[in-house]
Amino acid sequence: MPDADLQPTRSFQGLILTLQRFWAARGCVILQPYDMEVGAGTFHPATTLRALGPKPWKAAYVQPSRRPKDGRYGENPNRLQHYYQFQVILKPNPPDLQELYLASLRAIGVDLALHDIRFVEDDWESPTLGAWGLGWECWCDGMEVSQFTYFQQVAGVECAPVAGELTYGLERLAMYVQGVENVYDLNFNGGEGADAVTYGDVFLQAEQEYSRHNFEAADTAMLFRQFRDAEAACRAYLAAGEPGPDAADARHRMAQPAYDQCIKASHVFNLLDARGVISVTERQSYILRVRDLAKACGAAWMRTEAGGAAPGSGQDPAGAPAP
Amino acid sequence: MPDLLLELFSEEIPARMQRRAAEDLRKLVTDALVERGFLYDGARAFATPRRLALHVAGLPPRGRDVREERKGPRVGAPEGALQGFLKSAGLASLDEARIVSDPKKGEFYVAVAERPGRDTIDVLAEILPAVIRSFPWPKSMRWGAASREPGSLRWVRPLHAILASFGPETETPEVVPFEVDGIRAGLTTYGHRFMAPQAIEVRRFADYLPALERARVVLDADRRRDIILHDARDLAFARGLELVEDEGLLEEVAGLVEWPVTLMGGFEERFLDIPPEVIRATIRANQKCFVLRAPDRDGRERLANAFILVSNLVASDGGAAIVAGNERVVRARLSDAAFFWETDKRTRLEDRVERLGAIVFHEKLGTQFARVARLAALARGLAPLVGADPDLAERAARLAKADLVTEMVGEFPELQGLMGRYYAEQQGEDPAVSAAVEEHYKPLGPGDRVPTGPVSVAVALADKLDTLVGFWAIGETPTGSKDPYALRRAALGVIRLILSSALRLPLLPQIAAAAGAHPASGTAFSGDVLGFFADRLKVFLRDQGARHDLIDAVFALPGQDDLLMVVRRVEALGRFLDTEDGRNLLAGSRRAANILRIEEKKDGRAYAAAPDAGLFALPEEEALAGALASARDEAARAVAREDFEGAMRALSALRAPVDAFFDRVTVNADDPALRANRLALLNALRAATREVADFSRIGGEGR
Repeated sequence: MPDADLQPTRSFQGLILTLQRFWAARGCVILQPYDMEVGAGTFHPATTLRALGPKPWKAAYVQPSRRPKDGRYGENPNRLQHYYQFQVILKPNPPDLQELYLASLRAIGVDLALHDIRFVEDDWESPTLGAWGLGWECWCDGMEVSQFTYFQQVAGVECAPVAGELTYGLERLAMYVQGVENVYDLNFNGGEGADAVTYGDVFLQAEQEYSRHNFEAADTAMLFRQFRDAEAACRAYLAAGEPGPDAADARHRMAQPAYDQCIKASHVFNLLDARGVISVTERQSYILRVRDLAKACGAAWMRTEAGGAAPGSGQDPAGAPAP
Repeated sequence: MPDLLLELFSEEIPARMQRRAAEDLRKLVTDALVERGFLYDGARAFATPRRLALHVAGLPPRGRDVREERKGPRVGAPEGALQGFLKSAGLASLDEARIVSDPKKGEFYVAVAERPGRDTIDVLAEILPAVIRSFPWPKSMRWGAASREPGSLRWVRPLHAILASFGPETETPEVVPFEVDGIRAGLTTYGHRFMAPQAIEVRRFADYLPALERARVVLDADRRRDIILHDARDLAFARGLELVEDEGLLEEVAGLVEWPVTLMGGFEERFLDIPPEVIRATIRANQKCFVLRAPDRDGRERLANAFILVSNLVASDGGAAIVAGNERVVRARLSDAAFFWETDKRTRLEDRVERLGAIVFHEKLGTQFARVARLAALARGLAPLVGADPDLAERAARLAKADLVTEMVGEFPELQGLMGRYYAEQQGEDPAVSAAVEEHYKPLGPGDRVPTGPVSVAVALADKLDTLVGFWAIGETPTGSKDPYALRRAALGVIRLILSSALRLPLLPQIAAAAGAHPASGTAFSGDVLGFFADRLKVFLRDQGARHDLIDAVFALPGQDDLLMVVRRVEALGRFLDTEDGRNLLAGSRRAANILRIEEKKDGRAYAAAPDAGLFALPEEEALAGALASARDEAARAVAREDFEGAMRALSALRAPVDAFFDRVTVNADDPALRANRLALLNALRAATREVADFSRIGGEGR
């Protein structure tokens, strides 16, 4: 395949590859998508958990994001129940993170002398993750193409140091740089004529099928059960990961498997929400239940090595007693 | 006289915070200067998305010298006193003190301390970092490697550079020497992020403004607003259109650009079939663009298929790409809206009602479908009381929530009600029904319009009463500052609806009717709900300037559930107490109440029996008894007629006999029978005044 096909202005995959190369060159580990259904790249443990604790961390990855409610049976040119986010997390955030971001736009073919880039206030808050940060929506000619956030708190834990998070909406950016009005018309592989594979070729049928599933067929009784199961499993794994009263090493031993169950509960909740079986008033209590799980997982993570806890201790590095 | 120039250069400051932040900066710095005795000629602050700037003109180069004299002991005073003086004045020996003679006191020591005024620049070097560290941002953050440590600098977004210069115009100003969390103040700033990002050296305010303008930054927010407004009007005028002006949006976009470039974009005419509120909501909220009005056609105002956007860039192609990009986004948004509008119109509202069964209103209060059934019954019952057609009221209530399951409201929840009205109009509902579908949510806040159309009023009352009673029935009542279901707002809404339309609507039967729709809820809480209304009414009337104690005095009477009558009575009572008769009667009845309270407590019994005419010993007793009987009677009749002024007038006839009674009659007579009878007479006075209000709840001096 000629290199020209992989120009970010020619192919969707070229856009992804360009962003990966760009951030790899700036010291990020390039990870692969997390192998669970999540609503946003932030849920990937490489962001949620790694944003916690004192250890430096730089990572970038594509994450398929599932928003069951946003399904439109493939009929809406801009809206998908499954789409890709490109996620960058840098802890601590470098002082020139805005410049790095703008350079990444240049790298994917956005001419900054021609386009109006704006940083518009967008305080990010994820009630389900017990997380918040300050930052912006990044606009290109009036279109939101990225989110830019300085994490202040994640899973109920203050970020020290603060991580900078960039989330690129890949389909939107690709539509922009390819000059395409309908997401399904995006050139996926950069091929021409009969060799061209479009986004629609890859995903249109899936959008139709999953829209049916999300709105009409998803088994709500099963989902309610799964929510309860995931919630119970998360708590059980957190308890099982406790080292026991006599252990020499008081660190937690199973924060990540527990967190998987938190992710699962969150996605199941999103599906139930799409099915319209959760009322506005009940929503809040479900969100709080997921948040409680996220907080418990965050607290456990702070007591692991990657969370910064020293061997033999159950203490987080700030010296606060283990919760 | 020297000037201070300060600039705090950061990443993008939220538009809504800029103006306040500039003002805070000016105030904090100048207050700190004045507090230390440094006066100035003038101060002005500025904000752009990336900087706060402050210019303080006409500061002194240094503070005034301060000379302090401290009087000490006499010459020849005891050694202890002398040592104490030296120590407290900070002198090494008496040689450093002066000796002053006074003809009366003789000679004594005086310590003179002279403190030279400090250089202003040194004082600024203390003030500025303190102001920066404690700046009152509504929301602030930590960032970068420094955020590893607790107590690191907080700012609204990362702070990158500080420019701080001080000095006279004629000489080269100096840098104010300070540092905040590793950021050292200097003389450097930066221009426009994209058009002139280079560092610029600035030494004084006179150079600062032009340097920024050359670097494509308009420092003054008001000038940016003027430029945008002027250019937008011009662009609209050139196309024969009119700008739909929008203060809030203008302020916001002026805070989103350092160099405003106003451009016009368009969208396909076919989108104008969408309701204008939807177009405006879409373009304003999502795109922060202005919409335009086209010339009237058949006298109907309509939007134009164009919009104004404000960019931050003089683009190399004259803005063509920027306009094209914005048009794409607007088109996509309007396509969504048009799709929703067309899809929604295909299903009649009544056919949507069943789908409300899938939406749980509250887990203990059932679905929206069940709620609509309750609203329909309530609205029908309320209709005759508010002058509405029962069929129309029931119809409106049945359709009121149907737009919740439309696509448009799913997308723009803030359009609930309004979209219902559009869809109701589209399917040819009675205009009163269509209006009620929109208006039944109103009034939402204290400033919101109160509907007065009878059908709207019936459904709006039903909506709020069902909410209030429902949450009361399941024990979800507001506590302290927590009111998650906005029940206070609902009660205030009922109050405003009743008062605006001057409705006679006793609430207890309505509360009972609403409670009846909640099976097994009982009505034990009716009194509590009524008390809740009373509290809300108190707050409402107090905000309108009515006296709190008068409201209490009226609510203390039994069975006050007719809010309109309560308000009328409070008003009449207020006017009565402003008269001489009213004040005197209040004083008399208070005196009577005090005596009764004391004596009843002493005797451990109440004097509730009617006074015995056979035991009257003095003409004043007889006169008062007679006046009481007729006043009470007359007041009761007036109250029954709802003539509260008349009731007050009837009571005012009591003033003279009450005064005479207290002048001439000794209540605590030696003869126990006389005493008991006089106390009974006082009780009759208390009872008479209770025809209009519980006077014991009225505070102050009757004022």
